[in-house]
Amino acid sequence: MNLFCVGLSHHTANVETRERFSGNRETDCLMRHCGCAEALILTTCNRVEVYAATERHVGTDEIARCLARKIDNEVFADAPAFYRHEDNACVQHLFRVASGLDSMVVGETEVLGQAKKAYDAARTSGGAGPYLHRLFQRAFRAAKQVRSRTDITRGAVSVGSVAVDLAAKIFGDLTTCKVLILGAGETSERTARALISRGVTDVRVSNRSLERARELAGLVGGSAIPFEYWPQQCGEVDILITSTSAEVPLLTAENFATTLRQRIDRPLFIIDIAVPRNVDPNVNGLSGVYLYDIDSLQSVAEQALALRREQVAAAEEIIATHVESFQQTIARGLTWRMQNASHPPLGESPLPVSES
Amino acid sequence: MDRILLIISSGCYLLAFVRTLILLRAKKFHGGRFNFFAIAAGFVLQTAFLSIRGHAVGRCPLTNLFEVFVFLAWSVALIYLLVGPAYRLSLMGAFTAPLVFLLQAFALIMPIDIHHSTKLPANSWLEFHASMSMVAYGAFALACIAGAMYLFQERQLKTHQLGSIFYQLPPLSDLFAAITRLLWWGFALYTVGLVSGFFVGQPLPRLQIICAIAVWILYGAILQGRHLRWLAPKRVAALCIAGFAAALTLLWGITFSAQIH
Repeated sequence: MNLFCVGLSHHTANVETRERFSGNRETDCLMRHCGCAEALILTTCNRVEVYAATERHVGTDEIARCLARKIDNEVFADAPAFYRHEDNACVQHLFRVASGLDSMVVGETEVLGQAKKAYDAARTSGGAGPYLHRLFQRAFRAAKQVRSRTDITRGAVSVGSVAVDLAAKIFGDLTTCKVLILGAGETSERTARALISRGVTDVRVSNRSLERARELAGLVGGSAIPFEYWPQQCGEVDILITSTSAEVPLLTAENFATTLRQRIDRPLFIIDIAVPRNVDPNVNGLSGVYLYDIDSLQSVAEQALALRREQVAAAEEIIATHVESFQQTIARGLTWRMQNASHPPLGESPLPVSES
Repeated sequence: MDRILLIISSGCYLLAFVRTLILLRAKKFHGGRFNFFAIAAGFVLQTAFLSIRGHAVGRCPLTNLFEVFVFLAWSVALIYLLVGPAYRLSLMGAFTAPLVFLLQAFALIMPIDIHHSTKLPANSWLEFHASMSMVAYGAFALACIAGAMYLFQERQLKTHQLGSIFYQLPPLSDLFAAITRLLWWGFALYTVGLVSGFFVGQPLPRLQIICAIAVWILYGAILQGRHLRWLAPKRVAALCIAGFAAALTLLWGITFSAQIH
């Protein structure tokens, strides 16, 4: 039996090309028209891939035709965007994909959930047989080990999630935190929503236009504060998100020193996402104040990403071990046993369906 | 024979420390259970040593500076084993192991294990006073370690330079809660130890009394400053480190004066 993978991803094709092949998620075509004994389609926003086991050689263009939304000349023009991995290279590729090593954001975990969903769908439709069953179960094990034994998933890599992670590192439990949004912009709304998703319940919104403040407060389940009262609120809140269009800093070390004296034992986390900045950088020098502007949030995200990249070598080692072990399993002549063993029915999977 | 137990015990702490260093260097550190079990093994061996030594001297083994340091190291390990897992401060083990190792290594290397020519008479109040004070010192040592972790974490947050260890350290609020509780526990135990010192039934050196009261005032002042919100958390953390360094120096004074006496 020949194991192979044919597909295109963000490495080889732009989104337009990927769209043209992401429509058909049924394995029927691959099994009936291409003659695959087993087939599975993994579709995510960054990739469209077919994993298959066949007795005879199936061409890449045959797979591409099955995947295409409609057959036209462009399908043939897109042929170079497809890659193909056979046998061990296919196994290694899947293990890397499931572990997030092949993702646009290295170490992202959503792809593992998507792989599990694809596997369950193939099993239901009868596309996944003993080969793909064994292959995917091993891929999930490898991905789990990569996640638990390396820091590949550590640290947030988007501005919103960095802000939430930092808040959690300062306050621990966010459910009792009070948040003040100064300036009802779209980014501050997104950041506030991210904080709410982690348990924040007390959100206050202050904006030059009280109407807009009320509107955003309604959207995030908070309360609106007239703009002239925001300085008093700084003594009460734990997290301050600023995104006003003010040309000069609203908060300086001088005008904030008095407020700070009232809250000496409580830290204040300031997320200044305004450009030009709403908070004077010297405020970060004040005791108990942690000021992050858009650049520093971005820098933290990049540091986390760099940290993840440093873990790639360790992750590759784990994957190599699993590839070798999988190869040995096949070489030991498990073919017969696999073909005669019944793989667990849907709902009895030893792994959760999705983690995304 | 008893020193061999102590050497192996020091090896356990050194092993935990070296392993942590290697993992941190390779950016592969995970809390795990290794540190906990290494420290627990070291603790068992320390307990065996203290038990043998206690039988040999016929009283609580706090008769010379060597025993004082070993008892202090044992108290630090005891408080860590009680507090560390409860507060989920897994990385605290990484900071505790080197401190305990240094205390024991110092005790083993320095010529301070002076045996008394005559057997010291047992005095239950004196033994209770000394052992309680030592366990309190253990709590102060752990507060010092938590203080160091707080300052380290705080610095990373201030400078926006987050290393791999950042993700392993507990949140600032949890660390500060642990510092406060350890200070209260240490202060309460120390107060009990100090009060019991007045019942020993024999005159104590003036220097010893002054040093003991100075440590009590020092930690009382830190707690009062925290309670009245005069001190910011960062300052409390820094004072825990400075306070323990001062307390350790005063402990030397206390033991030295007791030995002369």
